[in-house]
Amino acid sequence: MTDRAEHPAARRRYGGLTLGAVAPWVIGALLLAVMPYVFASNSAITIMNQMAITIVFALSYNMLLGQGGMLSFGHAVYMGVGGFGAMHVMNWMEQGVIALPLPVLPLIAGLFGLGFAAAIGIFSTRRAGTVFAMISLGIGELVASSSVIVVAFFGGEEGVSGDRTYGLPVFGHDFGSQTEIYYLIAGWLLISALLMYLFSRTPVGRMANAVRDNPERAEFLGYSARWVRYYSFCASGFFAGIAGGLFAVNYEILTAENLDLNTSGTILLITFLGGTGFFFGPIIGAIVFTLLQTVLSLHTDLWQLYVGALFVLTVMFFPGGLAGVIMMHVPPWRYGKVRALIRPYLAAVLPAAVGLLGLASFLEVLFHLRNAARGEEGMTLLWVHFSSHDPLVWGVIIVVTVAAFWLARRNAPALRAAWDFANTPPGADEARP
Amino acid sequence: MDMVLVNLIDGLVTGLLLFMLSSGLTLIFSMMGVLNFAHASFYMLGAYFAYQISTYVGFWPGLFIAPVLVGLIGAMIERYGLRRVHQYGHVPELIFTFGLALLMEEVVQFFWGKNQLPYESPKILDFTLFSIAGNAIPAYKMFIIFAAMGIFLALLYVLTKTRIGLIIQAALRHPRTVEALGHNVPFVFMGVFGVGTGLAGLAGVIAGPELGTFPGMAALLGSIVFVTIVIGGLGSLWGALLASLLIGWITTFAVAYNVAFADILEALGLSRPADLASSAWRDLWTLTMPQIGPILPYLLMIIVLVFRPYGLFGKRDL
Amino acid sequence: MSPALQLENLSKSFGRTEIIRGLNLDIAAGERHAIIGPNGAGKSTLFNLITGRFAPSGGTVRLHGQSLRGLSPYQINRLGLSRSFQITNIFPRMSVFENVRCALLWSLGYKYSFWNMVSRSRALNEGADAILDQINLLARRDLPAGTLSYAEQRALEIGITIAGGADVIMLDEPTAGMSNTETDYIVGLIRKVTEGKTLMIVEHDMGVVFGLADRISVLVYGQIIASGPPAEVRANRRVQEAYLGAALEDM
Repeated sequence: MTDRAEHPAARRRYGGLTLGAVAPWVIGALLLAVMPYVFASNSAITIMNQMAITIVFALSYNMLLGQGGMLSFGHAVYMGVGGFGAMHVMNWMEQGVIALPLPVLPLIAGLFGLGFAAAIGIFSTRRAGTVFAMISLGIGELVASSSVIVVAFFGGEEGVSGDRTYGLPVFGHDFGSQTEIYYLIAGWLLISALLMYLFSRTPVGRMANAVRDNPERAEFLGYSARWVRYYSFCASGFFAGIAGGLFAVNYEILTAENLDLNTSGTILLITFLGGTGFFFGPIIGAIVFTLLQTVLSLHTDLWQLYVGALFVLTVMFFPGGLAGVIMMHVPPWRYGKVRALIRPYLAAVLPAAVGLLGLASFLEVLFHLRNAARGEEGMTLLWVHFSSHDPLVWGVIIVVTVAAFWLARRNAPALRAAWDFANTPPGADEARP
Repeated sequence: MDMVLVNLIDGLVTGLLLFMLSSGLTLIFSMMGVLNFAHASFYMLGAYFAYQISTYVGFWPGLFIAPVLVGLIGAMIERYGLRRVHQYGHVPELIFTFGLALLMEEVVQFFWGKNQLPYESPKILDFTLFSIAGNAIPAYKMFIIFAAMGIFLALLYVLTKTRIGLIIQAALRHPRTVEALGHNVPFVFMGVFGVGTGLAGLAGVIAGPELGTFPGMAALLGSIVFVTIVIGGLGSLWGALLASLLIGWITTFAVAYNVAFADILEALGLSRPADLASSAWRDLWTLTMPQIGPILPYLLMIIVLVFRPYGLFGKRDL
Repeated sequence: MSPALQLENLSKSFGRTEIIRGLNLDIAAGERHAIIGPNGAGKSTLFNLITGRFAPSGGTVRLHGQSLRGLSPYQINRLGLSRSFQITNIFPRMSVFENVRCALLWSLGYKYSFWNMVSRSRALNEGADAILDQINLLARRDLPAGTLSYAEQRALEIGITIAGGADVIMLDEPTAGMSNTETDYIVGLIRKVTEGKTLMIVEHDMGVVFGLADRISVLVYGQIIASGPPAEVRANRRVQEAYLGAALEDM
């Protein structure tokens, strides 16, 4: 071998804990700790709990889709099995069969998820791609429809419910309040996210990426693509189970809804919206989706239509999701050229946003016109009260929408030019005349 | 014996309706390698369009106009949506069609609301054709059977006897070669997607009055159609036919015969636990055939995929 | 000592078409062996039979005397045989460094470990950088492999192939589609990185073959019609008739 000292690689440092690697986790932990003080209302804490559970679930889903290249249409099953398992253990705690502190419950749920994934994965991970997707759909539908048959475990139509306050007290806390539950969930969120991140840095986690990119090549490097997928699948099932356990702890009830295609599809949507290419993508996806769900569903009956449209447009135009869009800006930022983007962005994106808002208003008014009860002509949109039968309203909406889109379209070439400029390394563009 | 005949007819109706969907789905998959998750949504769209048309001009014009409209929409979606996503690979394509299914359900609810629509079979077919052992067989059921068989024969004729059919068959096997011979493969793709979704739309027009026209109708059938073509073997038209009929009959017969598992278990010599309510095996003892009917297709699919990953008739791997 | 690679009466048919027809070949340890032959002679099929991608219809492949019958590609790789592909076959979405590091994992004994951090191992990371240095891609270290130029991707392909430390290296047309300068560069690279190893190479470019190989085998219609040192093969009448004639006239 060549002499180490002469080797350019020898100057590189490996494996040290750098500030850049630790900082996001410390900041994340601090944020989680202070959130209940910033948003102290009960409803805010409810939303944050839901958000945190969704983050764990979405991250576990991305272990399959983003890191392992496995598209699952039945991931809810592993969360559900974990959750139902946790509910039964919770009920045993209430009946005095076993005595455990409540914070242990998600771990038990994780083991339920792991066990189920270990059994299913034996045959479902033989292939990736379409076969895997189909088997996951089949298993998902099978388990979801079994929920009314296997009443002993799934509780039939009414599901399984319980009371979380019978666990052994932890430092005097019995987890009756939402805030106590918040910290339990936040703690598990931090632990699970960190473990999932570290998993992606292990040999099997790295090979999961390799198998995703090129399973055949991975086989010629000494790794069986199938077993690499299997280990990722089991790990993913474990963390999905933890999410199920957190769900059980938070809501104290699980029903057939936790298992069905709807839930599995939603987590696919959330993960893809957030972006599958980066570890933090699903986190963004879960936060944005939960906010959209809470805020939009308060104001409009059409929120699922908007979310569906957003999803389809994301798949078509931004396959990297929100995380991909954010990371697109890293090169301009490195080159110190982000400022060149601000004005073109305002000039193009602002009108486009107004146009989309106009389009949504159009849909809202149309929807109201078609579906409101007879005589109910008044409606409120963006804090303005008007009649959905008023031609003037229609005219204003159409004119504003068309004008906004026209403006956005007119300014788009300038944005494209600015974008190209911002993505050219400094120096390269000055050479040009 | 008579009941068997009634169930055979009912199963045949379900099976043939399934086949109208699975044939289009198979055609699209074998041409383009895309599993169209939204296929059942086009079926739903067909029913809704036909309903809307029937409120103006009656059932029969809708039978022809609605599938054409659905096919046109399908072709547009292929041209402006799927073709764009195609460059990212098959998994994003599958995700795209999944999103499409979500979106179409919302769009349908936007225009027609959440309730079931009063879309009914035409008056002219609204009579009992014959009865078997007191079970009336409505004329509309017979109409469905003949319509579906007619479509199958037409499809078979087009694929095996016409020039366009030969191009499609060739494009299935050697897309590059066909393109090199000067055929416009992207255009053929668009056409196949349009025809496939149009077929689904036609199935919707016909099935709407029989199975109900409501926003959940796509989700109800969507997974089953998938299961059907996977069992039959992706890309095989005969496999799709066989699997459709198989699933049609299995589900019909399972619901029709109220076999209790307790009887089977006792016949096997097992004794019923004294305290059934608290036994861990109570579900097994209270299980009946109609209960497990809905999950049989999924069980069948998993068994097929585990032991014969390319399906009953499939030649190639996915 | 048994040969590094030993093919005994190897055959392969697809349906009724016999592609490899009872082929015998010994490759000694440390030898640089080139397989040449006209298009459709079965060179790629032969590669796929040896590396476990296809199962032979008959006959045996032995690696250091051990039969490879029924083994999967990953098991064969673990025994010390590594291959490259005719069509560039890398991990496009991973960084160049990550590509090489993944290729090192198994040979360093990590197996399916999920308790080690890859960033922690000096042997792993320095080993990967050393290989990048050898294939002159250190400057491209952190770029996604899919963004490299064609020649760079071919170099990376070779880097991945040798990274695991296999002692039998099989390269399938490593210079396909390259310009003359690029070809010279890759040949130099191959010579450097396969120093002391057994090399089996399929190649169309006669310049590469005669410059690199100690021995050449000529594959025609699934059988080896001649095998020996370059000068001997070049002089062989049957070879000239069957294949080389046209190629030599071109040269």
